[in-house]
Amino acid sequence: MNTVIEISYFLAAVLFILGLKRMSSPLTARGGILWAGTGMLVATLITFFSPDMENYLLMTVAIAIGGVAAWWSGKRVAMTNMPQMIALYNGMGGGGAGAIAAVELLKGDFHSPAFLGLALLGALIGSVSFSGSIIAFAKLQGLMKRPLRFPFQHQVNLVVFVVALAAGGMIINSGDTAGLGLLVFFALALAFGVMKTLPIGGADMPVVISLYNALTGLAVGVEGFVLNNAAMIIAGTVVGAAGTLLTQLMARAMNRSIGHVLFGSFGEGHDEEQGTVEGSLRPIDATDAGIMMAYAERVIVVPGYGMAVAQAQHKIKELMQVLLDRGIDIKFAIHPVAGRMPGHMNVLLAEADVPYDRLYDLEEINAQFPQTDVVLVIGANDVVNPMARTNPESPIYGMPILNVDQAKNIIVIKRGQGKGFSGVENALFYADNARMLYGDGAEMTGELIHAIKQL
Amino acid sequence: MIEGFTALYIFMLAAFTGYEVISRVPVILHTPLMSGSNFVHGIVLVGAMVALGHADTTLERFIGFFGVMLSAGNAVGGYVVTDRMLEMFKSSKGRGKH
Repeated sequence: MNTVIEISYFLAAVLFILGLKRMSSPLTARGGILWAGTGMLVATLITFFSPDMENYLLMTVAIAIGGVAAWWSGKRVAMTNMPQMIALYNGMGGGGAGAIAAVELLKGDFHSPAFLGLALLGALIGSVSFSGSIIAFAKLQGLMKRPLRFPFQHQVNLVVFVVALAAGGMIINSGDTAGLGLLVFFALALAFGVMKTLPIGGADMPVVISLYNALTGLAVGVEGFVLNNAAMIIAGTVVGAAGTLLTQLMARAMNRSIGHVLFGSFGEGHDEEQGTVEGSLRPIDATDAGIMMAYAERVIVVPGYGMAVAQAQHKIKELMQVLLDRGIDIKFAIHPVAGRMPGHMNVLLAEADVPYDRLYDLEEINAQFPQTDVVLVIGANDVVNPMARTNPESPIYGMPILNVDQAKNIIVIKRGQGKGFSGVENALFYADNARMLYGDGAEMTGELIHAIKQL
Repeated sequence: MIEGFTALYIFMLAAFTGYEVISRVPVILHTPLMSGSNFVHGIVLVGAMVALGHADTTLERFIGFFGVMLSAGNAVGGYVVTDRMLEMFKSSKGRGKH
């Protein structure tokens, strides 16, 4: 039986790698998740036949509860809320790794101090990922509005982390793996995850979630060594490495280093100095905006998180159709971090059946803005803020942006006069060629369609 | 038991594999791929099952139960959301071409 189990785990590891490989190309992506899913099913089923196992009833009940709850929530969550669901499920994985470590430590049956150290390392990483991801989930879900910051925060965090490491060191030193030290160790690790995530602003959340995803992978890999489980070692490490790369790619797209995200103080105390943008906001009504678009030759739509919140992607698709019927060239400019995650906008527009070949990324489209008659900005803010180019004082200075301000006319659909996700004032809205169309994204797009159809 | 340098080799090779596998991924697949890799570390379920299967005391059983429940959530939830995202990519491609 052991050989069969080993072969199954090996098979699962191969399927995971091939599945991830397929998921990294649009043509084969759909099949990729099926391959990885098959691997998971094989590995899970065969684990029931591991030698000397007990507590089967508990195990089945736990799988049923966790599985059904996740199935139910995963099926009914809106596409817009995907990022926080990824954070939540990722946190659960981190918690799982932490729980494995806790059980192994309570049993205290280690072959060598090295394995004890690995169990503690996995416990630390898994616990941080668990509590940190839950805070990330709460922030994106809107349960926690403002980043929580206090003086000497990073120093306090560092102290918590160091004390957690010291507690771990004492556990290894004393060999007492089930005592009070363990409780302190876990409590500090969990607290560190919470405290590390609290001060991070919403705009940096994609990077943070991706980082926690990589950390959970690493924790799983490390616990795989403790349990001598090859499938966990390989799958966990592969995800740890892939997740690290993905985190770097995301951070680069936002022109922010991972260190800056974790240790920076984004937006801290700058609020007053930031509000000094010259000029005024000029509103426009939907009829005028519709006329403007109807007589344009080239239109570019810049979607952002606001489009996702308003669920306006289907209306946007309708608007595209109306404009195409009038022979107007319409394109979509997708900033790498538009929405809350890279690819978020693509997913939403794909849901609404906007064809791929109308979506352009930053490098492709930026040169085209000067020849564009109307740019429709819907729910995007920081990614079109020209201060990222012009104002070295701005916290988003240096971030690559869509050069929307170079277009002939700009219509901005926006809920109200509030600032963007990063809390930075947007100079674009005050530009001479910009007009503000206040209201709900879907509603206003509907009115635009109506106005164009009237002509 | 996988120990010492063998462990290190496996770790290193798996890490390179992970890096290589997604090194040329287009931006549009970043979110689905993050979700997909989130699903893959749901393999932690296997470890949690083993841990619970070998738990003796009530406390160990309790933590093991908790771990299996969370891990199952990771695996199932990760699969469902990834599948939903990738499904949209396919349908859009098929219908968008005409």
